[in-house]
Amino acid sequence: MRGSVAIAGVGLAGCGEAPGWTEMEIAAAAAKNALADAGLSARDVDGIVIASTNIFMSGLALAEHLGIRPKFTESSMLGGSSFVGHLIPAALALNAGLCDTVLVAYGSNQRTGTGRAEAGRHKMALDPQPFEHPYKPFNPPSSYALAAARHMHQYGTTREQLAEIAVAARRWAQLNPEAFAREPLTADEVLKSRMISDPLTVRDCCLVTDGGGAYVITRAGRAGDFPKPSAYLLGAASAHWHRQISSMPDLTVTAATESGARAFAMAGLGPRDVDVLELYDAFTINTLLFLEDLGFCAKGEGGAFVAGGRIAPGGSLPVNTNGGGLSCVHPGMYGIFLLVEAVRQLRGEAGARQVKGAQVALAHGNGGVLSSQITALLGTKDTL
Amino acid sequence: MSPPSGPEQQYFERLAAGRFEIQRCAACARHVFYPRVLCPHCGGDQLDWVPASGRGTVYSTTVVRRKPADGGDYNVCLVDLAEGVRMMSRVAGLPPAEVKIGMAVNARIAEGLVEFTPA
Repeated sequence: MRGSVAIAGVGLAGCGEAPGWTEMEIAAAAAKNALADAGLSARDVDGIVIASTNIFMSGLALAEHLGIRPKFTESSMLGGSSFVGHLIPAALALNAGLCDTVLVAYGSNQRTGTGRAEAGRHKMALDPQPFEHPYKPFNPPSSYALAAARHMHQYGTTREQLAEIAVAARRWAQLNPEAFAREPLTADEVLKSRMISDPLTVRDCCLVTDGGGAYVITRAGRAGDFPKPSAYLLGAASAHWHRQISSMPDLTVTAATESGARAFAMAGLGPRDVDVLELYDAFTINTLLFLEDLGFCAKGEGGAFVAGGRIAPGGSLPVNTNGGGLSCVHPGMYGIFLLVEAVRQLRGEAGARQVKGAQVALAHGNGGVLSSQITALLGTKDTL
Repeated sequence: MSPPSGPEQQYFERLAAGRFEIQRCAACARHVFYPRVLCPHCGGDQLDWVPASGRGTVYSTTVVRRKPADGGDYNVCLVDLAEGVRMMSRVAGLPPAEVKIGMAVNARIAEGLVEFTPA
């Protein structure tokens, strides 16, 4: 699989607020932008990939909207990590010759759409979780709060250290004209903002925005056909050990330990080879856990690792260079945005937030409540 | 002969009758929670109901913030039972922020649910 497929086009749409747009329309607009980025049209697509929390048979819905009759369709729903996970079946289908041009898309109107509370009640009725719902955890924040609290208890991690993660994300967002939250943010402001589920305040939690993203992926041999440099898949792996937080074996260790190890092994790389990291930061605790579990620092040392601006602009390890889910965009599922930013960094298109000479990018997706963990490594042609 | 209902319903029937019981695998002797069809540890398919001691330790805890008009803040926690399984619950009888990791707690049944009080 290493080096066999490459992302030829990426696009975003509706990020921030897109009032009056449906979920599918935002996904289609992002698809249009990704296709244009690759110099292609929807007529060229023969593989369709999407994930949605709301749309039943979402693969059929996207193909219908775009007027495509795909030879390959994938709509695995693993939570926000899905779009990183989709690299694997897309690669398998492309390598098997089932199709030639795969479009992966996502869209959401979580912020401006109506009827969310009612939809939430319907979901609970359809999918009751009788060993958690009766206690009324405010999910997802409460589940992540439980993980943060345990990490603080076991390792002495502090709220101040978690706040540094929010501050770093905001500083990257300030370099990104497309980011939603760009006002200056101090650690003190994070600590003093409204508590949601202890120990996480509203600034420890991701944004609630609209937005969509898409990418086009092909076999690597076609990379020369496209107007911009492709980003090659070097490694990808998926792992999950639980769905509900009450079933997570150890709240301080995620399955990223497994997905990261397998992705690095496929790529023949290690943490020291990574130039830029995009880690699914639905909550500040995520960034900390993934830095530990992917091997960038030892277990328990994530707090010290992020202190002093190490992951902020100007620090030694660029993390979440678009501003992340915490400050750039977060429409319910964030996975596709990890890959769009990774590709832009590898192409040298990231403007003021460009990591100079970035050749290897790591995109790590998280789904559910620290449940689905999916790691991908992308590289420039020189890394093949 | 197959049992009259699935393990989830059997659990809640026992709870409604005032009995907090959990499964134990006949093959590997480990306890299981939440109730399941197969033992998640060894894959065994004979799971017997045994009374839970009710003793537990708070593994993690949070306070869900809620406006006073809507009922005010409340506790949600994860409790490790003495039998070696974990469940989500709440600790009653003290302010939600005073529930601490490591606190010893005892189970009781309230409103058809298992909740805990400090031991």
